[in-house]
Amino acid sequence: MSDVLRIEGLFTDIAQYHILEGVDLAVPRGQVTMLLGRNGVGKTTTLKTVMGHWAAKAGSIRYDGQDITAWPTPARARAGIGFVPEDMGIFTDLTVEENMVLAAASGPPDAARLERVFAAFPPLKTFWKSEAGTLSGGQKQMLSIARAMAEERVLYLIDEPTKGLAPAIVSTMAGALRELKGQGASILLVEQNFAVAKALGDHAAVMDDGRIVWTGAMAELAADAGLQERLMGLSMEAE
Amino acid sequence: MLVNLISGDTPRSAVLTVLLLIVLVCLAGAPFLFPGVRSLETAATICIFILLVASYDLLLGYTGIVSFAHTMFFGLGAYGVALASIHIGRGWGALIVGSLSGAVAAAALALIIGLFSLRVRAIFFAMITLAVASAVAVLVSQLFNITGGEDGLTYLIPRELTPAFRMGELFGVRVNGRVLNYYLIFVACLALFLLLLRIVNSPFGRVLQAIRENDFRAEAIGYRVVWYRTAATCLSAAIAALAGALYAIWLRYVGPDTTLSFEIMLDILLMVVIGGMGTMYGAVLGAVIFVLAQNYLQNLMGVAAEATEALPILPLFLDPNRWLLWLGLLFILSVYFFPTGIVGRLRSGR
Amino acid sequence: MSAAPDHAPTMTRASFAHRLGQAAPYLLVPVLIVLGFLSIGSSSSWLTLTVSGLAMGMMIFVMASGLTLVFGLMDVINFGHGAFVSLGAFVGISVLLALTGWTTAPSLFLNLAAVLLAIAAAMVLTGLVGWGFERVIVRPVYGAHLKQILVTVGGLIVVEQLIHVIWGPDEIFLNRPETLKGAVTFAGAALEKYRILAVVLGLAIFVAMRLVLRRTKIGLIVRAGVQNGQMVESLGYRLRLVFIGVFVAGSALAGLGGVMWGLYQEVITAGMGERMMILVFIVVIIGGLGSVEGAFIGALLVGLLQNYIAFLAPKLALVSNIGLMAAILMWRPQGMMPVVKAK
Repeated sequence: MSDVLRIEGLFTDIAQYHILEGVDLAVPRGQVTMLLGRNGVGKTTTLKTVMGHWAAKAGSIRYDGQDITAWPTPARARAGIGFVPEDMGIFTDLTVEENMVLAAASGPPDAARLERVFAAFPPLKTFWKSEAGTLSGGQKQMLSIARAMAEERVLYLIDEPTKGLAPAIVSTMAGALRELKGQGASILLVEQNFAVAKALGDHAAVMDDGRIVWTGAMAELAADAGLQERLMGLSMEAE
Repeated sequence: MLVNLISGDTPRSAVLTVLLLIVLVCLAGAPFLFPGVRSLETAATICIFILLVASYDLLLGYTGIVSFAHTMFFGLGAYGVALASIHIGRGWGALIVGSLSGAVAAAALALIIGLFSLRVRAIFFAMITLAVASAVAVLVSQLFNITGGEDGLTYLIPRELTPAFRMGELFGVRVNGRVLNYYLIFVACLALFLLLLRIVNSPFGRVLQAIRENDFRAEAIGYRVVWYRTAATCLSAAIAALAGALYAIWLRYVGPDTTLSFEIMLDILLMVVIGGMGTMYGAVLGAVIFVLAQNYLQNLMGVAAEATEALPILPLFLDPNRWLLWLGLLFILSVYFFPTGIVGRLRSGR
Repeated sequence: MSAAPDHAPTMTRASFAHRLGQAAPYLLVPVLIVLGFLSIGSSSSWLTLTVSGLAMGMMIFVMASGLTLVFGLMDVINFGHGAFVSLGAFVGISVLLALTGWTTAPSLFLNLAAVLLAIAAAMVLTGLVGWGFERVIVRPVYGAHLKQILVTVGGLIVVEQLIHVIWGPDEIFLNRPETLKGAVTFAGAALEKYRILAVVLGLAIFVAMRLVLRRTKIGLIVRAGVQNGQMVESLGYRLRLVFIGVFVAGSALAGLGGVMWGLYQEVITAGMGERMMILVFIVVIIGGLGSVEGAFIGALLVGLLQNYIAFLAPKLALVSNIGLMAAILMWRPQGMMPVVKAK
């Protein structure tokens, strides 16, 4: 099976609003799939529905060959889906260490893995015993990715990891994501920074109005300025 | 004209319309339809509780916040009348001054509580009102020089409102001041109920309902949610105080048990839920059913307990003092299975 | 509703003012004790009142701790929590009455054994009833505060009435175990033995709870869950099970608080839990919903203030706590140690 995640005809309502209206999406194994589109078209809701934070009203989500549409969130996580939400979901009252200990759900994080995390994000080692709430925005974002790396996951759902970060930190993030991919993980990544998307993405899916309106190779989208304009309008920063 | 009187808020159900008309006619003609001291007592209690429950519905049903201080406001009005009658002296002036100062005090207290709790989280309100109401109840029983403590206060009301004032006979019923008193209460309750209907159907009332449905969105549209919730609290408190004042005029006695007790608070909650939250008319049906049940069903329980005396355990549950046990169960079941109450059921067509 | 902007742009050492702000709640307790000393004058009465205030505070804390965590974890506000206090008291005191031989013997060992047995029985039973309460009463109304308040109030009434059915309509008077009667004299002040025991017991529970919350994985999950439950689930933890565990533990602690309170008052009534809930709510609110430390400090403040005021101006005792609540909410509208919600 080449797709780790297959979404078919997914509908999600939030309160009385119809957010997703028939999303079809496949995420190939071991590759980075970019989920692109303007603000408010349903990218975050797609990730949250895959994670089980919102219930799907109709449609199906197949992960690793199993239908997980009705599974509770923890079961999805234990099956190997890691989630980095847009707000990072850092436990600010807990220390960096405690955040990492929690992230390693199946046991204490092993040393080799921690070394890799520290190598990717040196500040986390410095502030290991500090409360996560005292970290800077960029450091919090590092912690949120580091948490996802604390345990072997099959599929990562990552929502705008470079939002609001300084350029230097953006490249640190991109490096870390590349390393995740290098370990064989599959990634579904929402990203507004087109340069990052172009550098990381293998595939791209563009959303509009609660549906996927275009899928193809990231390189193809990156090469066609007219297509970008048509699919994503002006809100997308050109290179 | 009639539709205008009820602010265009028609019952929207034939059965409900008939029931409401029956209640209206029965209450309007109570002294003549059901002569007798006890039935007049029941009718007056029903009138006052309809108003009290309707004022609570403004808060619970229309604004979506839970208060446990409604009996405190009720009591403020009642004690206002009692204290004014004692200190100013028997007379109409005392009744008016007492009622109004009770209502103003209730609104002021509601404002303070609202400002403290509603600006943070609506759920604080439930806890804080519970704490404040019980503190006030304790205070009232401790400050017995002023409030008469647990014994309460008795006082004189204008002679025209007492049984001693005779006015002759009508339809074979002896009309006295007590009947006059009843009509004072009936008219006042009806007028205030219509006022409440007007409030919930005004633009103000619609904003309250928008807040109840989604406070976040209401705030985003530009309504000051805290202000509206606090205003609703104050209004509801002032009307509850007026209901309390009427109760005090009717009973010629106030005490913690008749006005402040937590048990009355539970009664109010039950009446709102059974009748139907957020409908106003639910208050009418809830209060009628509840007061009738309380007056007559407790006797029935006593009979049932005696009848089952030979059986084990069962009589313990049927003891009239365990009335609250059944109320509690009924309450839980209605919230689960009957959340829209009788009015909701009737309107949904069954 | 209020999205707190949490921007600490650089990693600097927390400023003095910031740290003082964090420590301020802890400082309130000694400040209150000193103020009590100044206004009472007589050092022996002050010592007596302080010990009984601390004892009362500890007992309130034991009752409040579960409630605040349950709220923090699942946003569930349980107005029926007081039912567990009453139920615990009746079960525990029944056990003590059944063990009259042990409680009247002048042996500290037998007395304590009886008390511990009573506590164990009360905690097991209230824990079980808490489990049932969560399943039957609370679970169907998750996410709906209005219904939660209504239904849990209904549950409170039903449990209270069932206590009447089982134990009869009257209050039950009791005597403390033989060796826990009377007082010891220290620095000229008479300190009731039982109150000292209550302080020790309450402190032990607070320390144990803190250890669990700080040092164990389950504690980490609870603390993280209070902040951001959805993220905890996204990491693979079944927060629902953790919540049920906390609910049961909180109910058992309320039952324990009921036994302690019953022994303190030497009389128990079905309505005692309902009455205690008023203080418990005040404590939970001023502590900051979801915060165990906040509840602890709040409980001590309430206990101490209540005892000092009861001595200085008896009629104002309960009202003084309302005043305390108002003052603290003016200072910090979310309570002394609000939990930073990730929303």
